Amino acid sequence: MAGNRDYINRRIHSLLGVLPIGIFLIQHLTVNFFATRGPEAFNAAAHFMESLPYRYVLELFIIFLPILFHGIYGVYIAFTAKHNVSNYGYFRNWMFMLQRYTGVITLIFIAWHVWETRIAIGLGWVDLNYQLMENILTNPFFFWFYVVGVVSTTFHFANGLWSFFVSWGITMTPRSQRIMTYASIIVFLAVSYVGVRTLFTFAYGV
Amino acid sequence: MSEEKKITLIIERQDSPDSAPYEETFEVPYRENMNVISALMEIRRNPVNAKGEATTPVFWDMNCLEEVCGACSMIINGKARQSCTALVDQLEQPIRLAPMSTFPITRDLAVDRSRMFDSLKRVKAWVPIDGTYDLGPGPRMAESKRQWAYELSKCMTCGVCLEACPNVNSKSDFIGPAAMSQVRLFNSHPTGEMNKSERLQSVMGDGGIMGCGNAQNCVQSCPKGIPLTTSLAAIYRDTAIESFKSFFGSDNKL
Repeated sequence: MAGNRDYINRRIHSLLGVLPIGIFLIQHLTVNFFATRGPEAFNAAAHFMESLPYRYVLELFIIFLPILFHGIYGVYIAFTAKHNVSNYGYFRNWMFMLQRYTGVITLIFIAWHVWETRIAIGLGWVDLNYQLMENILTNPFFFWFYVVGVVSTTFHFANGLWSFFVSWGITMTPRSQRIMTYASIIVFLAVSYVGVRTLFTFAYGV
Repeated sequence: MSEEKKITLIIERQDSPDSAPYEETFEVPYRENMNVISALMEIRRNPVNAKGEATTPVFWDMNCLEEVCGACSMIINGKARQSCTALVDQLEQPIRLAPMSTFPITRDLAVDRSRMFDSLKRVKAWVPIDGTYDLGPGPRMAESKRQWAYELSKCMTCGVCLEACPNVNSKSDFIGPAAMSQVRLFNSHPTGEMNKSERLQSVMGDGGIMGCGNAQNCVQSCPKGIPLTTSLAAIYRDTAIESFKSFFGSDNKL
């Protein structure tokens, strides 16, 4: 036996967070970053992604199923923790708590984001173009909703990358884990910049 | 001589495993070099609370009084630790004492740590060498390995790491860092290693290694300074390799 069902679910949960979800996140934010080069560049990039061959298979197996599994199982994990940062206010304990909070925020954000973009496009209510995101993000409430959602997602990814390295037995010593903490902070700042910079372009055209 | 200096203790008490907890405040005369245990002994000598009412003496568990037995763990000013090494001069006043809530409370500050011993049995935290004939001497252990393994053997099953862990609670069945570190200790032993796979399989299930969420309070709280998070990461690595070997097959699987 390679462990029981609970063990395997946890392993799959940890793996999916980085492969493919983490990779998809970076790809998604990178493609969106084309917006900073103007609406035409964004539309061309979005059209390229939209016209990839066997697109529905890619979407299903690289995006929707992994996110559903990771998200639903993640909520279960988040609610089995009993946070105690008030008595044990150590850095990693805070990260542990924030990982669970940002996970829940990210799930809510993604559900809303998929609804008003991918599902709305799929149902033919809107078209995939620069205008769609501009209309959403020029509303100040939704602009800040997206900022919080994007930063929560990038935090969850960067800090999750740190735990991924522990869970798969790569970083074992305190020193390697500390260096991985610094690396994950850099990942967080870099990916957040890419995401938030794009939001500013859509909202303010800068 | 000026008025006698007193120290105040606010203790969370409970008369029986099922009764409701309540707080009681005590004032005991200060002496130099007191620890929490000597303050509790003072209450036992004169069981009168701060209001001057006679009460039952506060009950707690203790044994060695030198931080090697693990019996006197309790929550002192919010953090789980050994009461024998909690020096009054170094504690904020009033001193708040509470039992470790992760465990069933037997009475007042004493808890039942049976679950930890059940976990040690579950992970087979021993080296099986009994047989019907002399098996002879086992393989030798490298001195460099003995040195770090010795650190892991300092675990006294005190329960502080379980109490500090946000993932050890009534909603989760995670058995906690202490037992995981013992899996690493016995798997590092040259004879114990012969049952390595069996021990790893025992933590690849409900309440096993995947219950760890890397909050790392355990390593910060361990009174023996055991590198618990290194042990947890080692078990993460070993179980990942064990899964690979058992699913895809390997001649090196023990």
